[in-house]
Amino acid sequence: MTVGIVGYGSYIPRRRIRLGEIAKVWGADAAAFERGLELHEKSVPARDEDTITMSTTAARRALRRAGIDPVRIGAVYIGSESHPYAVKPSGTVVAEAIGATPDVHCADLEFACKAGSEGMFIASALVRSGEVDYALAIGADTSQGAPGDALEYSTAAGAAAFIFGRDNLVATLDAQTSFMTDTPDFWRREYMHYPRHAGRFTGEPAYFKHTKGAALALMAKVNAAPQDFAFAVFHQPNGKFPMRVGKELGFSRQQMMVGWLSPWLGNTYSGASPMGLTAILDVARPGDRILMVSYGSGSGSDGFVWTVTEKISEVQALAPATRAQLDERKLYVDYGTYAKLCGKIRRGE
Amino acid sequence: MTTPTPARLTREYPARYRLDAARCHACGEIVYPRRLVCPACGSREFVAHRLASRGTVKTFTIIHVAGSAFKHQVPYILAVVALEGGGALTCELTDLVDQQPEIGMPVQLEFRRIQEDGEAGVIAYGHKAVPM
Amino acid sequence: MRDVCIIGVGMNDWGESWDLSLRTIWTQAALAALADAGVDRVDAMTVGCMSGGLFVGQEHLGALLADELGMAGIPATRVESACASGGVALRSGFLEVAAGVSDVVLVTGVEKMTDCSGDEATAALATAADQEWEVFPGATFPGLYAMMARAHMAAYGTTREQLAMVAVKNHANGLNNPHAQYRRAVTVEDVLNATMVADPLTVLGCSPITDGAAAVVLADVETAHRLGKGRPAVRIAGVGLATDRMALHNRADLAALNAVTVAAQKACAMASITPQDVHVAEVHDCFTIAEIMIIEALGLVPTGRGGPATEAGETALGGRIPVNPSGGLKAKGHPVGATGVAQAVELTLQLRGEAGARQVAGARVGLAQNMGGTGASSVVHILEVLS
Repeated sequence: MTVGIVGYGSYIPRRRIRLGEIAKVWGADAAAFERGLELHEKSVPARDEDTITMSTTAARRALRRAGIDPVRIGAVYIGSESHPYAVKPSGTVVAEAIGATPDVHCADLEFACKAGSEGMFIASALVRSGEVDYALAIGADTSQGAPGDALEYSTAAGAAAFIFGRDNLVATLDAQTSFMTDTPDFWRREYMHYPRHAGRFTGEPAYFKHTKGAALALMAKVNAAPQDFAFAVFHQPNGKFPMRVGKELGFSRQQMMVGWLSPWLGNTYSGASPMGLTAILDVARPGDRILMVSYGSGSGSDGFVWTVTEKISEVQALAPATRAQLDERKLYVDYGTYAKLCGKIRRGE
Repeated sequence: MTTPTPARLTREYPARYRLDAARCHACGEIVYPRRLVCPACGSREFVAHRLASRGTVKTFTIIHVAGSAFKHQVPYILAVVALEGGGALTCELTDLVDQQPEIGMPVQLEFRRIQEDGEAGVIAYGHKAVPM
Repeated sequence: MRDVCIIGVGMNDWGESWDLSLRTIWTQAALAALADAGVDRVDAMTVGCMSGGLFVGQEHLGALLADELGMAGIPATRVESACASGGVALRSGFLEVAAGVSDVVLVTGVEKMTDCSGDEATAALATAADQEWEVFPGATFPGLYAMMARAHMAAYGTTREQLAMVAVKNHANGLNNPHAQYRRAVTVEDVLNATMVADPLTVLGCSPITDGAAAVVLADVETAHRLGKGRPAVRIAGVGLATDRMALHNRADLAALNAVTVAAQKACAMASITPQDVHVAEVHDCFTIAEIMIIEALGLVPTGRGGPATEAGETALGGRIPVNPSGGLKAKGHPVGATGVAQAVELTLQLRGEAGARQVAGARVGLAQNMGGTGASSVVHILEVLS
């Protein structure tokens, strides 16, 4: 049975901070960071934005494209590492806000940056099994980096939502796979404010090993080679990593450009490769094949192959495009405002 | 003064989360949130109506001194927004880029955090207006 | 209905009374009014107070304060209508005498606002607005009035300077009021340059937080004549109370105060007068824009002309229709529940010719207008010299 995406949507907050602003405060060499990471600016959530609000707006946009009654959604999964509550799902709020309750299965997911793609993996399988007619999967984060740490240059905010179904698909899911080992490259212990990472260990043994593992398994599954794809999108913790892994796998820069958002968006963690996928869907044409591989520290990668259908052109304009949200009407903030918005300033009782 | 408490928040979901309103069966007045008696004609019969998410600013102010729940968000814009198709509400107007607030400005409602009961309490969500 | 007179008035000094509790300031004002009336017993009493509960944690004020006055046993009613609590307490006492239920009623108002923190006081005041649908999403009291100001400015061209002139006038009047919280002049520049609270209202465009109490003694006209002290008798000739949609966003005209208009029409009808017959008015200038909108709503100036009328000095002490000779809420202070009663105190002094340096010459008809929240309730009293 064919399953795939019925509707998709994304949300990017308006505010941005340039890397130079952050570097200035911590006495770092902004130019070196920008070159080394291929990152220039990143999105910043407003005080009234969080994983739940961004997920709701992205989900509403997915619904506009899907054109279905939200009450028919049978499952809602939100993957994030910045759920507003440690105990009480983000998914219940979103489900309530879009009018999907009460006949809906819900769970919040966590697997570092691949929590969003995890939801997609589960949602598609649930639909394929016939358990539900439609399932909503969202990857969203308002990720946080410790002040002055390298991660502070990339942690960003955004959300991508996908409604999976069996009919009226805008993109079919041809195959999905998952590649996972226990690899502690990046983690956060309970009650700790910020995550820790293992420096260079986050590269080859973590990001590259699992991304490649999933990508190769995926291409074997569908019996395809890199040149068979119109687009490829990988997890994008910075600008450099996805381009390097793509090249090593045999993809061209051209194939990866549309989904490559991180230089101007930052790392939206659970939203990263899913948002890249939405940017691709915004411009894709019927018949285009897309390879998407996420990566989550801890570690693992989910991989998907999509084929765009005729229906895509009917829905692209029904909600704001991801690239337009990224490029237009931005509100730049300074480091002081950034620190205030991200709750990094200790306040009185 | 009204702290977001679980029972109160939950029963307000239809209005706060989904913009559920009501249309008076007798005179067509849009009532938001729903109530038992039409304020325009006194009738008791209503049909379901959802507020449009698009509207215009009827008036506004910029608040510089706020109550404790909003103390750290000043200055912020407060506006009365009239929705397309009827109904009006009071909310923050946010995310203006290179613009000043204006009476008549077209806006749309977006899902945002409104308040929370401190760092450990429940979070109240609702809608704010952003420029179209 | 019988005719009702005000036979005694009293108030304490308004301001931040750190040393005096709610019970004390109330009792001071009550005793002053009783002494002025020449009575030491009353048949009943009313207490206008917006929120003893939120400000000092005390409810059941009718019984509590009757006890304080040494009159435990008499009927005592606590009246609440947000900032119109005092005026509605006056109406309540008036009706009791007019209906013949009591002959002598002590009408009082009190608010003690400085025992709690500034944040708590602000939050308590905000309960006069729609808590769920205005305050919860971020409205403040000044914010709501600021939105009305902006709507009024857009509709009629009212300027920030004209708003400021209301404060300038009322501060000038307050210089002559020994009970006033503020007895210092301010200029238009002072007002415009003061800290912005909610654009366009600066802190000098807003009435203050005040501790204060006021009291009047009402009596039926026969009792009044029997107790007569050889000074002009003052009668309550008309009363009107009206309400409006609570939330600003539910009102048809954001630049108008409908409840004020309706209340005034009722009061004037009862008193058989028109607004043009009024010689002096005490109105609810909780914010400068409020006075401008109120004088329009009362029919003292044409709709939309409140700003220019103020600018032209029509409402100044020597103007065509003096408004707030006491200094208004702005300079006299605004202990919420007491304000409506203090308006009656001022008008009574004016009509008796006892207002000293702030006397409006030849005043025979006075109008008191008291308002709750952003105008969701308003009560108007017409006072006349009884010839």
